[in-house]
Amino acid sequence: MSTSRSTAELRTPKFTETVGLIAGREVTTRLRSKAFLISTGILMLAVLASVVLGGIFGGKSDPAKVAVVGTAATAVEGNPALEAVPVDDRAAGEALLRDGEVDAIIVPEASDPTGLQVIGLDRAPGGVVQALSAQPGVELLDPATVDPLLAYFIAFGFGIVFFMSAITFGSTIAQSVVEEKQTRIIEILLSTVSARELLTGKVIGNSVLAFGQIIAIAVLALVGLLATGQRVLLGVLGSSVIWFVVFFAIGFVMLAALFAASAALVSRAEDVGSVTSPVTMLVMIPYFAVVFFFDNPTILTVMSYIPFSAPVGMPVRIFLGQAEWWEPVLSLLVLVATTLGALAIGDRVYRNSLLRTGTRVKLAEALRG
Amino acid sequence: MLELQHLGKRFGERVALDDVSFRVAPGRLTGFVGGNGAGKTTTMRIVLGVLGADTGTVTLDGHPLGTADRRSFGYMPEERGLYPKMRVLEQTVYLARLHGWSPAAARRNAEELLDRLGLAERHDDPVESLSLGNQQRAQIAAALVHRPEVLVLDEPFSGLDPIAVETVQSVLSDAADSGARVLFSSHQLDIVERICDDLVIIAGGRIRAAGSGDELRAEHGSERWELLTDGDAGWVRELPGIVVTDFDGGWARFEADSDAARRAVLAEALRRGEVAGFTREHTTLAQIFKEVVQ
Repeated sequence: MSTSRSTAELRTPKFTETVGLIAGREVTTRLRSKAFLISTGILMLAVLASVVLGGIFGGKSDPAKVAVVGTAATAVEGNPALEAVPVDDRAAGEALLRDGEVDAIIVPEASDPTGLQVIGLDRAPGGVVQALSAQPGVELLDPATVDPLLAYFIAFGFGIVFFMSAITFGSTIAQSVVEEKQTRIIEILLSTVSARELLTGKVIGNSVLAFGQIIAIAVLALVGLLATGQRVLLGVLGSSVIWFVVFFAIGFVMLAALFAASAALVSRAEDVGSVTSPVTMLVMIPYFAVVFFFDNPTILTVMSYIPFSAPVGMPVRIFLGQAEWWEPVLSLLVLVATTLGALAIGDRVYRNSLLRTGTRVKLAEALRG
Repeated sequence: MLELQHLGKRFGERVALDDVSFRVAPGRLTGFVGGNGAGKTTTMRIVLGVLGADTGTVTLDGHPLGTADRRSFGYMPEERGLYPKMRVLEQTVYLARLHGWSPAAARRNAEELLDRLGLAERHDDPVESLSLGNQQRAQIAAALVHRPEVLVLDEPFSGLDPIAVETVQSVLSDAADSGARVLFSSHQLDIVERICDDLVIIAGGRIRAAGSGDELRAEHGSERWELLTDGDAGWVRELPGIVVTDFDGGWARFEADSDAARRAVLAEALRRGEVAGFTREHTTLAQIFKEVVQ
């Protein structure tokens, strides 16, 4: 009798213990894989590079150095965009200009209404002229909060991170399901644990990995923004990154269940690609849609509520300031409900297909059982 | 006692199992013999719960099998299966832990068993790097590492060299001695005959014979007797009620139509000279198998 065998060394494991063991194996197997470590490293580098490059190109430039002659110095004094280099006369200023030490020379000029003249080398030093100009105050009735180019990069960033992580870990879980079928260890496993324990362990193990990678990317991006002094961007981006992580965590569980269930329909590693292609499509479409339609509020709004594109669509809308406070909450509820549905269907298909080897199991049969 | 009662299973139109019933007693090795497609694997998969039966039940000590019972089962499937890239020891420990063993005990069991099966040097090698024979040993370790109370092994001896066969046989005997119910299938009838206490013969999805070796021989064994004398045995064919089937010098094999006629042969032989042997013909398992499956 199994019950009488209970000792300190041997007892009937709980559901959570079994799931923990299975999830643990998934995680350690992946962490030992060189391919996984290398691809994660590349993704991390790409994120870091884009943050740092953004800092270089998007950040404010240093004040322009100008040579000032005589009383012109007073005009430059206190101007944050200009750094004055006092010189004795125009000739000394020209020498500095030709050496590239300064961007322009400012000399007093009585005949000019401003009392100044700006001398450039080969073209008009627009920045310096602008810094000297008096400008009226500006008020925008409907300000565009975000530079369109920046918006494009942010949309592209969310899209590619979601796409890469979902595809990487989705195909990992699919491969791991088929490996067990192909090597027939599934018979040993199923004589020990239930199909539900196995599926739950796999989904949790791979979700933990995917989630860990997303957290690492988010932290890297935020720390990178801080380190490169892009505090302004951080303030706008911060909340959308946090929402992205939340949406991804739930959205990936949904995708993992669908990847696992579709992979369970086949018995050979070669067939994984074709059988999971519908799910792969569900991951790719939001990626392309957000890249092409990031500036179309209507399409973006629709995307932010469809469970498969919400993890990309909603954070982009939050970043662009298009979403009301309740919108991410509502979209998240839709996503959670869809995920529960996907888990129920996935569990059924997985359980009914696991021991059927040979030809591909028809989806309708797997659902019927 | 593991008891299979009236198991039936159809795959579409094909009847795979038809009223299959037999018992596997604790402390005994039970051999499960049958041709290709006879229903061995289907029966074993039903016992393990990886396949459902259409009719009939499997009980352990009188109660129907549940998931908790099956955790104390050890299974070696017909199609071998282990994680190819996982290390031998790590994998064996993992399977023991899935059955509920503590980490330390799982490791101790796994190391002991792998060492005994001759895989001491291969603990940290991935399974896929082992030879087929060694993969087979690893597979046996996977079935036994959690000290199962019921062991179901599909062809555990196929692909093993004679030394390995003896090792595996002694491991299985030890499991039986500690009270496990051991059921295994094999095509190698000589091995089954040598090591099994009980036998079950299946053909066409039906059990054709089941019982201990002696019982099967009593029921299905030869009715012929053999006499070995120091002189010429030609006289045997002259006796009433005797039909000699084979004859060679002082040796004769015959069928007797009554016990009295048989005893008369022995009496006559003793009167004529020395008798070196007078026995019922030994029936091999192969002969019984051929007889019952036809």
